[in-house]
Amino acid sequence: MKSFDRRTLLKASAAASVGSIFGIPWEVAAQAAKGGTLVIGTTQKPRHLNSAVQSGIATMMPAAQLFASPLRMDAKWSPQPYLAEKFELSSDNRSVRLILRQGAVFHDGKPVTAEDVKFSIETIRDHHPFRTMYGPVNAVTIDNDRTAVIRLSEPHPALLLAMSTSLTPIIPKHIFGDGTDPKVHPRNSNPVGSGPFKLVEFKPGEHIIMERFDRFFQKDAPRLDRVIVREYKDPASLLLAFERGEVDIQAQIGDPRDLERAKKVPGAQMVTGAGPAIGPLIWLAFNTKNPKLADKRVRQAISYSLDRKLILGQLLGGLHKPATGPIASGSPFYSAEVEKYNYNLTKAAKLLDDAGFKPGTNGTRMTLDVDAIPSTAEQKTMQEYIKPALAKVGIEVKVRVSPDFPTWARRVSGGQFEMTIDSVWNWGDPVIGVHRTWLSSNIRPGVIWSNTQGYSNPKVDQLLTDAGKEMNTAKRKALYKEAQKIIVDDCPVAFLYENINTEGFRSTVVQPPKGIWGLIDGLTDMGARKG
Amino acid sequence: MSSLLITLLRRLLLAFGLVLAVLAVNFTLIHAAPGDPALVIAGEMGGADEAAMAAIRKNYGLDKPLPEQFITYLGRSLRGDLGTSYTYNRPVSSLILDRLGPTILLVLTALIGAICLGTLMGVLASRRPDSLFSGVVTVFSLVGYAMPVFWTGILLVILFGKVWPIMPIAGMRDVRLMGAGAWVNAMDVLHHLVLPAVTLGLIYLAQYSRLARASMLEVLGSDYIRTARAKGLADGTITFKHALRNAMMPLVTIAGLQFGNLISGAVLVETVFSWPGLGTLALDAILGRDYPSLLGVLTFSAILVIVANLLTDLSYRWIDPRLRTR
Repeated sequence: MKSFDRRTLLKASAAASVGSIFGIPWEVAAQAAKGGTLVIGTTQKPRHLNSAVQSGIATMMPAAQLFASPLRMDAKWSPQPYLAEKFELSSDNRSVRLILRQGAVFHDGKPVTAEDVKFSIETIRDHHPFRTMYGPVNAVTIDNDRTAVIRLSEPHPALLLAMSTSLTPIIPKHIFGDGTDPKVHPRNSNPVGSGPFKLVEFKPGEHIIMERFDRFFQKDAPRLDRVIVREYKDPASLLLAFERGEVDIQAQIGDPRDLERAKKVPGAQMVTGAGPAIGPLIWLAFNTKNPKLADKRVRQAISYSLDRKLILGQLLGGLHKPATGPIASGSPFYSAEVEKYNYNLTKAAKLLDDAGFKPGTNGTRMTLDVDAIPSTAEQKTMQEYIKPALAKVGIEVKVRVSPDFPTWARRVSGGQFEMTIDSVWNWGDPVIGVHRTWLSSNIRPGVIWSNTQGYSNPKVDQLLTDAGKEMNTAKRKALYKEAQKIIVDDCPVAFLYENINTEGFRSTVVQPPKGIWGLIDGLTDMGARKG
Repeated sequence: MSSLLITLLRRLLLAFGLVLAVLAVNFTLIHAAPGDPALVIAGEMGGADEAAMAAIRKNYGLDKPLPEQFITYLGRSLRGDLGTSYTYNRPVSSLILDRLGPTILLVLTALIGAICLGTLMGVLASRRPDSLFSGVVTVFSLVGYAMPVFWTGILLVILFGKVWPIMPIAGMRDVRLMGAGAWVNAMDVLHHLVLPAVTLGLIYLAQYSRLARASMLEVLGSDYIRTARAKGLADGTITFKHALRNAMMPLVTIAGLQFGNLISGAVLVETVFSWPGLGTLALDAILGRDYPSLLGVLTFSAILVIVANLLTDLSYRWIDPRLRTR
C-alpha cells in the first residue's frame, strides 16, 4: 500500500476538487485514486479465459478484464464506444461500421486492428454457443487498419448489445489465428487481450491474478493495480472468506441466510439486482410431447397449483422475484401483461377435469416425474415443494434425482423426462438467450438448453422471427409483448422466479459496478479504498 | 550385482506391470459409467448445437471406438502425455504436476507428524502403562480414530473460521501476498497448512499412538530388555535405543500400507479446506466427467502408493540389519 506522502496528498486533493465539481462525493473521489488490489471471491469455475468460445459467468468475469469489446452498454442499456471510438449503423440496417481507437494495443504490444475485429466476430459466429448473436453476419470487411464493417443478411437489432464486453471479446488474430480449433486452443488459458487488465497467473481451481495494463486505451483507467479472482469450493467457504476480509467482493449471494450474514459485515454494501442483463429465469419445464402433458390445460393446472408467494417468501427467503414470462423484468422488452397463474387450486382441479384427468378411487389423477439440475440447492428445494403442492390436485409426483449433470442433461435433451426444474438465462437481448427456448426450429434432440420442451407454436415462431429483425424498438416491444402472452398462455413451462443476483462489496471497494452486466463488465472505474 | 539391486529391479518391473493393469482397469471402469462427457463440456460452454457437439467429440477423441481410445491413450501415456483435461482444456500432466506438490506437502506433513508425535505418545504411554497419561492416550486413540476426517475438518473450520478466527481455513496461500518474497510466502503456506495437516493427521496420530504403545509394551516385556535393565542401563537408553527400534517395524508396515488411505483422505481434506491438490482435481474430475484428469490422477496415485510400499520395504532393511543379508 502506498504511503500517504505529500505527493499523494496533492493528488488526492486534486481528485477531490475534480470530483466535487462533477458531483462525486469528495471522499469517494479522493479514496478512489489509482492503486490497490481487490479480490473477488466466487464459486464459479472457469474452463478457460476465452469468452469468444465459451459462455458463462465463470469465464466472462475474468475475460471482461482481459479483453475489450467494441462497445459497452451503459446503465440505460444504450451502447457506448469502448474499443471502437465510433460506430455507425447504415440506413438500411444491414451493416455496422466500427472505427477503432487510435493506438489501442494488445497486452503484447501489437496493435489492435480491424483484422482482429473481423477474426473475432467470425470466431464468435462460428464457435460461440450463442449462435444467434452473429447468426445474420454474412461477412466482416476491412476498409482500413482501424475500420471494420459488419455486413448482415438482415437487420439484427441484437447486434449492438452482442458487441458488449461480456459477449464479444476482441481476440488477437496473431495468436488465435494459427488454424487450431479455437475451442481447444492452448492459449485459451493464457490469453492476450486488450482489456484493462493483463493476465499474471491462472491456476485452475485456485485463482486468476490480473494486473493493470498501463497501455490501456482509456486514459486514467483502470484504477486498480490488481484484480484477483479467487475460487472457493462452496458458498459457505466463500461467505466465511467475505466475513474475514479474505475477499473484498462476493459474487452471487444466492441464499437468504448467507445474505443476512453478509449484510452484518461492517461497512459492507449489497448490490441487489446486479447485472440485470444476465436475466436468469427458473421454471418448471414440461415435456409437451408427453401424452400426459400434451394438453395445455394440464400444464396450466400445474402452474395454478404452485403457490409462488410461498415459494418466494418462505422457501427462498424473499431473495428473488416472481418470473411471469420468458423475458426477465430488467429487460426493456419485458411485458407484465400475461396470465400470472395466481395460486388457485379450484381452477387447477377444473382444468384437469376438463382435460379428462379425473381423480381415481384413490384420488390420484396421474403420476409425473420431476427432475432438477443436481447439486443446486434451490432447485432441490423446488423439487421437494412440487411433490406436496401437486398432491393437492391429485397429481402424484415422483422426485427423480440425477447423480450428475451429464445424466440430467441427457435425460432432458433426449426427451426422457416429464417435468424438470431448469434455469435458462436471457443474456441481454431476447435474440441471444430467449429465442432458443421457444422457436420450434430449435427443437434439437441431444442439445441441452435448446427447445427441450418440444414446444411448437407457428404464431410464436413468426413473432420471434419478426422481432429478431425489427429495428424499431417500439414495434419490437409490441412483437415481444404478444409473443410473451401466447407463450405464457400455452404454458410449456411454469415460470417460477427470477434469480435476483446480489453481489456483496466490503468497505474496501469504491464504486462497485452497477451496469447492466455487473461484475462481468470491464472493472475500469472500480477502486480500492486506501487506509 | 548386489541382492538389493536385483530385488529393486524386480520390484520396479512388477510395479510397471501393476501400473499398466491399474490403467487398463480404471480406463474400462470410467468409460463404463453412464454419462456423456461431451454433454458436460457442452453444458459448461453454455450449450451447443449438433455441429458443436460433433466438434467436441472429435476434438477430444470421443467419436472413436473405445478400444481405439484405449490404445491411443496407452501409447500417449507411455510417452508422458496424459491427454487434455475436458474441464480445464490444458494438459493433464501439467495439471497434475501443479497439484502434486501441494498434495505431497499435505500428506507428508500429516504422515510425518502423525508418526513422530504418535510414536512419542505411544512410547511415553508405554513407560507407565497404568498412568493417567496412558489412559488419555488410549481414549484419544479411540476417539480420534472414530472421527471422520471431513467432520473433523468442518469442526476446525467452524472453530478457527468463525469462533476464533486466527487461522486461514481455505486455500494454500493468501493471494495478496504473492510476490512478497520467498520467506513471507513460505510462512504463509505453513500457516495455511496447519489445519488441513492436523485434520488429515489426527486419525493416523490416534492409530500410531495406540500401535506404538502396544508394540512398545510387547517389546519392553522381552528378555533382552530385562537384561539391559539388569545391566543398569538408563531407562531412556533402554526405551529409545533398544526397545523403540524393535517396536518400529509394525509402525513402518502400517505407514506404508496406509499411504493409499492417506491419498483418499487427502481428497476429503482438500475439499473441505479448498487445498489445491490432487484430491480436489480428482473430485472435480469425477463431478465433471473429466476422464483424462481422473485417469491421470488415479494412475499417479497408484504410482505413489507403489513407491511408498517400495520405500517401506527398503526401510525394513535399514531398521533391521538382519534383513540386509536376505
